Amino acid sequence: MSFSSEQESIYLARRHRKAKLFALFCAAITWSGVLLLGILLYQVSIDGFRWLDWQFIDSFPSRFPERAGIKSALVGTVWLICLVALISIPVGVSTALYLEEFAGKGRLAKIIEVNIANLAGVPSIVYGILGLAIFVRYLSLERSLISGALTMSLLILPVIIIASREAIKTVPQSIRYAAYSLGATKWQTTWAHVLPASFPGIMTGVILALSRAIGETAPLIMIGALTFVAFLPEGPMDSFTALPIQIYNWVSRPQEEFHELAAAGIIILLAVLLIMNATAIFIRNKTERRLK
Amino acid sequence: MTEKQLATASAADLAAEPGKRVTINKSGIRWGEALIKSWLGLCAFISIVTTAAIVFLLLSETLKFFESVSPAEFFLGTTWTPLFEPSSFGVLPLVWGTMVVTVGAAIIAIPTGLASAIYLSEYASDRVRRIIKPVLELLAGIPTVVYGYFALTFVTPSLRNIFTDIQVFNALSAAIVVGIMILPMVATLSDNALRAVPVSLRQGAYALGATSYEVTTRVVVPAGLSGVMASFLLAISRAIGETMAVTLAAGQTPNMSLSMFESIQTMTAYIVQVSLGDTPSGGIAYQTLFAVATLLFAITLVINIVSQLILNRFREVYD
Repeated sequence: MSFSSEQESIYLARRHRKAKLFALFCAAITWSGVLLLGILLYQVSIDGFRWLDWQFIDSFPSRFPERAGIKSALVGTVWLICLVALISIPVGVSTALYLEEFAGKGRLAKIIEVNIANLAGVPSIVYGILGLAIFVRYLSLERSLISGALTMSLLILPVIIIASREAIKTVPQSIRYAAYSLGATKWQTTWAHVLPASFPGIMTGVILALSRAIGETAPLIMIGALTFVAFLPEGPMDSFTALPIQIYNWVSRPQEEFHELAAAGIIILLAVLLIMNATAIFIRNKTERRLK
Repeated sequence: MTEKQLATASAADLAAEPGKRVTINKSGIRWGEALIKSWLGLCAFISIVTTAAIVFLLLSETLKFFESVSPAEFFLGTTWTPLFEPSSFGVLPLVWGTMVVTVGAAIIAIPTGLASAIYLSEYASDRVRRIIKPVLELLAGIPTVVYGYFALTFVTPSLRNIFTDIQVFNALSAAIVVGIMILPMVATLSDNALRAVPVSLRQGAYALGATSYEVTTRVVVPAGLSGVMASFLLAISRAIGETMAVTLAAGQTPNMSLSMFESIQTMTAYIVQVSLGDTPSGGIAYQTLFAVATLLFAITLVINIVSQLILNRFREVYD
């Protein structure tokens, strides 16, 4: 291979131009993704903003758009999330503790681990079918809050377990040895040292998992959360509706006004999610300082 | 020293001094500890029970379904009209609908997601990264019903301005929003994979005179390929299981049309359609739910397992 120096510099310039164009291309793609999020949020807020008032939050759904509101959906979502948290946090964190602190590296632990990774990839609608067949039909819990909460708990358990394990893994081994050397038992060490040290990381994972549960629609449709609820649930056995269901119901109607109502509902839903995510990020930032 | 060794060492020390008054549990079992350990184990067992329940339930109802419909008709039939007479149970139109949306979404999300990942890991400054990463995470956390709304009120009207012969419910709109939806997943997971490639490899290539484009395409991406491929597969599996956005955007017309301008029905959309109606327990309509769900579950499971295998087998380990 022999190039004249002129040919060589042209070749080199071409290569560098290509590199620059490529960098520009990647940057443009990324920023258009961000722009897209902007468009989406803008679109939703101009569509929904004029419906957003106290009357909207404090009214039941209605055939007439101007009288419709999301009271029952909002209350249903709050009920649902509280129940899901009560069920999924103890079970999820216990599983993570078992796998990280107690199970060792045996075959059973390996099976459980692979199994959880696969459960995390199961489509949410399959959980919905599971809930429909087992909680609604087999256990006759009917189309109640508790059926929805149990289904959602199964759905987010893998997320909570994986996040909690990651958090527990970051606890330095020296903390455990210090506790053992003072005569603490395994559980005393876990309860008094490992759990508090990993608590913020676990909370971050839990909040993110719960915010996923807030937005999930398909499993709730499967287990038959109602779309027109003009009353508030008073206990776990009552039937209910939830924010994403109400939004789905409004979006699937042909009239323009209902689409705008859906947009208003989406603003509320996104606001709830944003608050939860911000809390998670806040906790994460706070802890990064503490352990070091 | 492992934990076990520590524990036995202290017990041995105590035993060496018999004069001291030390209370030792003779049986060596702490019942409280054992109880707690079994409770934790029980919780861990729930995940196994869940899987067993899913598999058992799906298979048993699907077997009942195959008592009345032959597997040949189900897997090879090209008409899907289970809910009205004359009923026909060929699942291919639903599979086709799912495939059209998934392939369309992958064509959008994979190149753009990889480009974003390359930008984030190779070009972006730390400050830019700190802005874009949370934005992508936010984008990934938006509920799918919101993307459905986006499809119906923004994407479809825009498409109808460009193409006049496109239906209100169409596969293209669904593919676009699902593509947007899985893009952050491809970007963040691939970014993680690319960042795991050691800097020394890049420095080596730069030292030989490679440009940033050459370093990225010939060194970094090949080195992180297992993670990148896994991210593609996970995103595809998510697109296949995606429900609300495709139900809202693509409609409920099972057909095997080649045109993306027409309404189709995906496997997930069919499941939603049936469950929105008042499904009688035990009827053939109820069983089709499980047959379709089994197929969906099997497809996503295979993809997830393959992606895990790719991660484990082909991972380049750098120290």
